[in-house]
Amino acid sequence: MDVPGLFSDLFYDYTLRTIALGSAILGIVSGALGSYAVLRKQSLLGDAMSHAALPGIALAFLLTGSKMPLVLIVGAALAGWIATLFIMSIVNTTRVKYDTALGMVLSVFFGLGLVLLTVIQKRPDATQAGLDKFLFGQAAALLERDVVTMGMLGASVILITVLFWKEFKLLSFDPDFASTLGFPVRLLDVLLTTLIVIAIVLGLQTVGVVLMSAMIVAPAASARQWTDRLGLMIILSAFFGSLAGISGALLSASVPRLPTGPTIVVSVSVIVVVSMLFAPRRGILWSWWRERRQRGRLRLEGILEDLYSLALDHEDPEHAHSLSVLKLMSAGKGGVEKSLEILGDRGLVRAVGPGEWALTKAGIEAAERTISERSGKSDER
Amino acid sequence: MSGEQIEIHVIASIVAVACAMPGVFLVLRRMAMMSDAISHAILLGIVLAFFLVGDLASPLLIVGAALSGVLTVSLVELINRTRLVKEDASIGLVFPLLFSIGVILIARYAYNIHIDIDAVLLGELAFAPFDRLFVNGHDLGPASLYVMGVILVLNLAFILVFYKELKVATFDAGLAAALGFSPGLIHYGLMGLVSVTAVGAFNAVGSILVVALMIAPPAAAYLLTDSLPRMILLSALIGVVSAVSGFWAAILLDANIAGSMATASGLIFLVVFLIAPGRGLAAAAMRRTRQKREFAGRMLAIHLLNHEGTPEEARESEIAHVEETLRWKGGFTRSVVGYSVKRGMVLVEDGRLRLTEKGREFAGRSVVEEFIA
Repeated sequence: MDVPGLFSDLFYDYTLRTIALGSAILGIVSGALGSYAVLRKQSLLGDAMSHAALPGIALAFLLTGSKMPLVLIVGAALAGWIATLFIMSIVNTTRVKYDTALGMVLSVFFGLGLVLLTVIQKRPDATQAGLDKFLFGQAAALLERDVVTMGMLGASVILITVLFWKEFKLLSFDPDFASTLGFPVRLLDVLLTTLIVIAIVLGLQTVGVVLMSAMIVAPAASARQWTDRLGLMIILSAFFGSLAGISGALLSASVPRLPTGPTIVVSVSVIVVVSMLFAPRRGILWSWWRERRQRGRLRLEGILEDLYSLALDHEDPEHAHSLSVLKLMSAGKGGVEKSLEILGDRGLVRAVGPGEWALTKAGIEAAERTISERSGKSDER
Repeated sequence: MSGEQIEIHVIASIVAVACAMPGVFLVLRRMAMMSDAISHAILLGIVLAFFLVGDLASPLLIVGAALSGVLTVSLVELINRTRLVKEDASIGLVFPLLFSIGVILIARYAYNIHIDIDAVLLGELAFAPFDRLFVNGHDLGPASLYVMGVILVLNLAFILVFYKELKVATFDAGLAAALGFSPGLIHYGLMGLVSVTAVGAFNAVGSILVVALMIAPPAAAYLLTDSLPRMILLSALIGVVSAVSGFWAAILLDANIAGSMATASGLIFLVVFLIAPGRGLAAAAMRRTRQKREFAGRMLAIHLLNHEGTPEEARESEIAHVEETLRWKGGFTRSVVGYSVKRGMVLVEDGRLRLTEKGREFAGRSVVEEFIA
């Protein structure tokens, strides 16, 4: 791959620049708002909203005859809104659960959208060409004016998020507390959900209905692994989103027959995997390493204690004991020789004869210390 | 009706019933969104199986799709177990990736072969009668009739054989584990069925609309009954009604059949949601109104009892005054008074209200009840 060439294309090639810029904006907006969706356990709302937008797009076109991005986005957002309303009222008034309501509204709205699309298709006076791009997304068809629309809408969404920073934060973590403080929780909930819907609708044209849900969940889920702070999480999520957008766009431009939307999704999934594996403190490798270290420490302490309890049975605390007894006492956990060597290096035990080990003075003190520490801990409980 | 139309009816009905069967358990087990995830991920299974056998008509494609469904479920479980993200997020991470890989594989390596993503996702029931099964040159009917028939039998058999296990695992997972049923087996078995059903039905109705037929009829049935066998039967029935009415709506509108069937299933849910006896919106509203009136009648009786025999009694028992004191709206006052008179609690004399013996007793009891509460 010609990387420098790709970057010069990024600045001088109109199409590539447009696509990359559009994908970056999409990544930033969906990454930022997706953080709220993921924290509020609404990860699949993106999936539902992007499917539910279809009848809105079709109706907006049917009513106005216009294919202007703004018109279609408004239609999509309205449909997404009505879908949310349905989901909420089903969940609030019946025993049907959230996931059922979500899945049903998603597929029924999508079905309605298909009906409307085929009805439009068969009208003699209108051409629906282009509307179906919203289904699967076609970043390659992005025009500069689309990017401008996306940019302006995206900027307003981000601006509102910043203005309502404190309120949204409270709403996401402790809505009950927020309402006791006198915040209009219902209204804020509506506002935040609207912003999420707008973020979703913005991406439809680029990555399509089916893949937009990934852009809501994946950057946020990645960012969550690196930080516990909301502010940092949103910034990281926006960064990951734009990173995936740009790299997906560049990759699909440089490899033949590599569709942009799916490539962006694969890029963002790579970011998820890397984050889940390598993030400090939460990451899988980190916890694996920590657990391993903990286990090693426990093993050393165990052998020290075994030696100590053996020593208590003898007059001489530094009496030597055979390796086989220690192995027996460690109940087949293994690694006894290795642990004795480590303890020996630290000067806590010493080899007396072949296969005979004894505590040193420091070892006795250390054993007493760990035993009293442990009983202290269990007292606290 | 033409022969083709009859065939479409039969296929659509079989698809609807086959979808409703596992759908009931998805809805009850709160795993409705897994059907959406699986229905997207089967694309990858179909593509990989196609690369392996090189034949779009091969039944191995169904096996591949079923395996990709199981892969989806396993990956979701794997991510869940890390506890790094919430459960809904793990679903949202898995299926777009699998779907994207499927789309990329098609675009890169199968661009000259006809795997139409639209067809997988959206389906086209109108074409189903044209793909026929021939044995020794005899036309045995549409192929999808047999495919879906086998899947329907499979679903029915699974539910009949594992009915007890399914029921216990669905309503009391802890008990199921204690009794030694393997919840994993039931879980993966059910998800396997969802995958097979989704891939069998994608030809007919497309994989996204499979989700509508899997979820909407059981959700409607869930509002109509408390019994599991009845819920299964009702789901099947509602599924068939959705399929048939959706088909006719599509003919009338000259629109996409599968979309129309999904819309019909949604409309049926909407109707049930509004008027289901006991659990619908209308029933809930009526219950609220009744409770409100009952409570108001009780307040009226207590109010009258409080002022009985006092100097203010004449004034306090005037209907207009009661209305003002209790801050009721005109129509509501009339309905509460009417209701109390009908129940024999209150008498009306020249615009004044008087408790009957029964009303006095009721008011006294109400005061005590309120006090205890």
